[in-house]
Amino acid sequence: MSKKTKTTASYLSQWQLIRLRFFKHKLAAASLFIVVGLYVVAGFSEFFATYSTDMMNINQQYNPPMPVKFNFSDGLYVNKVKRNIDPVSFHKEYTETDEKIGLTFFGKGHSYKLWGVIPCSRHLLVATNTTEEIGTDKETFFYLFGSDKYGRDIYTRLIAGARVSLSIGLIAIAISFVLGIVIGGISGYVGGKTDLIIQRIIEIIGGFPKLPLWMAIAAAMPQDWSPLTVYFCITVVLSLMGWTGLARTVRSKLLQLREEDYAVAASLLGASHSRIIFKHLIPGFTSHIIVTLTMRVPGMILGETSLSFLGLGLRPPVVSWGVMLQDCMNMQAVALYPWLLLPLFFIVASVLSLNFLGDGLRDAADPYSAK
Amino acid sequence: MKEKSCNKLEESKVARDAVDSSSLEQPLLRVRGLCKYFPIFNKGIMRKQIGIVKAADGISFDLMPGETLGIVGESGSGKTTVGRTILRALDPTDGEVSFFCDNDIIDLATVPRKRLKKLRTKMQMIFQDPFSSLNPRMTVRDIVAEPLIIHKMAKGKELEDKVTEMLIKVGLQPEHKMRYPHAFSGGQRQRIGIARALIMKPLLVVADEAVSALDVSVQAQVINLMKDLQQDLGLTYIFIAHDLSVVKHICDKVAVMYAGKIVELAKTEQLFKDPKHPYTRALLRAVPSPDPNIKMEFGLEGEVADPGKLPPGCAFHPRCRECFDKCKSEIPELLQLKKGGLLSCHINSENKKEK
Ligand SMILES: Nc1ncnc2c1ncn2[C@@H]1O[C@H](COP(=O)(O)OP(=O)(O)OP(=O)(O)O)[C@@H](O)[C@H]1O
Ligand SMILES: [Mg+2]
Repeated sequence: MSKKTKTTASYLSQWQLIRLRFFKHKLAAASLFIVVGLYVVAGFSEFFATYSTDMMNINQQYNPPMPVKFNFSDGLYVNKVKRNIDPVSFHKEYTETDEKIGLTFFGKGHSYKLWGVIPCSRHLLVATNTTEEIGTDKETFFYLFGSDKYGRDIYTRLIAGARVSLSIGLIAIAISFVLGIVIGGISGYVGGKTDLIIQRIIEIIGGFPKLPLWMAIAAAMPQDWSPLTVYFCITVVLSLMGWTGLARTVRSKLLQLREEDYAVAASLLGASHSRIIFKHLIPGFTSHIIVTLTMRVPGMILGETSLSFLGLGLRPPVVSWGVMLQDCMNMQAVALYPWLLLPLFFIVASVLSLNFLGDGLRDAADPYSAK
Repeated sequence: MKEKSCNKLEESKVARDAVDSSSLEQPLLRVRGLCKYFPIFNKGIMRKQIGIVKAADGISFDLMPGETLGIVGESGSGKTTVGRTILRALDPTDGEVSFFCDNDIIDLATVPRKRLKKLRTKMQMIFQDPFSSLNPRMTVRDIVAEPLIIHKMAKGKELEDKVTEMLIKVGLQPEHKMRYPHAFSGGQRQRIGIARALIMKPLLVVADEAVSALDVSVQAQVINLMKDLQQDLGLTYIFIAHDLSVVKHICDKVAVMYAGKIVELAKTEQLFKDPKHPYTRALLRAVPSPDPNIKMEFGLEGEVADPGKLPPGCAFHPRCRECFDKCKSEIPELLQLKKGGLLSCHINSENKKEK
């Protein structure tokens, strides 16, 4: 280390040091970009999607993915397909024809309302149809990742599902964050009997078998609830199970930091409890909180997908990765139309990158790590 | 360097002695029968109290404005407990701590928490560990300015000026303001801690082993700094140490503690010249030890008394060379000596009888 970097290091705050260390961790840095990318796509899903999620086209059921091609005269294009139905098995086969469908970036497609408010009709990549053609029989369809049994666009549904699946993790995390900080904070700062009782409750919750609990809750959930209520309910269930880990982190850190001389010093300076907690104690482990939270998001995502896959969670018409995977219950369908498994790829990709991100953050935040 | 500081100290002490005897001034701090007991719990699921640690037991002394009281004793003798209980970092079990401030006498032992906040501007603490006593996530400026911000004593430019002035006073450079504590050496960090404690111009400062964690050469610098600041700001110190040689340079009087009790209290000179208590004598024998790592080697046999399980009679008797029968059964009282000073030892009463 040269002398210059040494002197600047003394002016770097904790966060700047963490950032420096984090970006040395290549896998974690790459994961960060993937995660941010996924969330951006989920946030603007209507724009990134090609169609609306409930667009059906019975003429193109189980259409395989259409590879995007490029040449200089036509630009980006896909080949149109022709459907033949096997007269014996009714199995539908699609063959590429020479006819081309041109693709345009930021072209006009189905109109939608961004976040349910802003009216818009631009999409990232659409097939060239004139406005009159859209919604009629003349419309030519572009299935980037293929279509499902109702001829719905898998790519569109994947992106819409990302919004639900990824956000449910975040919202559940936000709720368990509040619960964890408050309950863990009380446990650690007050101590004594309160602490004892809270710890026992945490142990009981931690010892609960998850699957039976979920099934019981699903059974208790009225069938006529709106998808939104179900979504909210699932989030609450996930977060009620998920706050205990954070509460433990917060508690043990508070117990440890409370005894630090600088906390005693602050109280001897006349600082109020809230000043001590928020100015001196919590900043001492915000990095730990962030790491704990990041590490738990994948668990939440998996929780939602497995619940929905089992039919205990979200139900159609809500689109989530777990709901999409319900189509894969049928082994034959999976064998014949493997693109139905694409949600799995996205689940694995997002869970892995969130895990790598959490790992990288933990290594960067831990002042005692070797690097 | 040490020699120079000694001379300087001698002068100021002579001056203070004169003040002491000439006027019956109001003491800044009057501690009477201060006790702090810690309950001991067992480790099971049901918390049950299984004993009590008398970490401080019947501590009494007076402290005049501008004076420095040293508190010495082995590890676990209750020095920190006494210091923290006086400042109400811990709630005392019993006793009285009269603090004279703003022409008013306040009992710190019972004053409600609400009023305590204002009193924090008048009494401060300097900590032993220069590493854990500074929040690693705050800049030097934020650390030193915090007391002023908490008590809304300054704002904006005035605040910055005060911080700069204080930093210069403790021998740091104003350019260091935006640095984080990890960029400083132990001695410099201790100076930051001193700046934080003194920026509100308190009356009473408890320095809990403020130099124990430092190198010997740095120790002298910090002690000199504290002495200069004392004269500058008219501070009254309670200076806690486990090392008599440190105390010698800064204190006007010294209280020797053993197992939660003061066993001897005397003017520094008198204590060094004519130590009465066998424990004090043992401590003094250990002073020339040049190795800072051997802290507990006092030329004493046996273990330090466990304040949770004290022997009957005088707590020191199992290790005392001059122990006799009475020591094993009767607890000696802290009594005034004719020559001045206080002593809690049966030798004292024996002598009295003889006389
Ligand atoms: N919070 C506490 N709970 C229980 N016992 C305590 C607590 N704080 C201190 N003690 C006990 O009180 C006694 C005195 O401790 P104290 O820290 O005051 O000693 P000390 O003289 O400052 O020692 P050192 O030189 O090691 O700093 C010790 O036996 C210690 O175990
Ligand atoms: Mg101590």
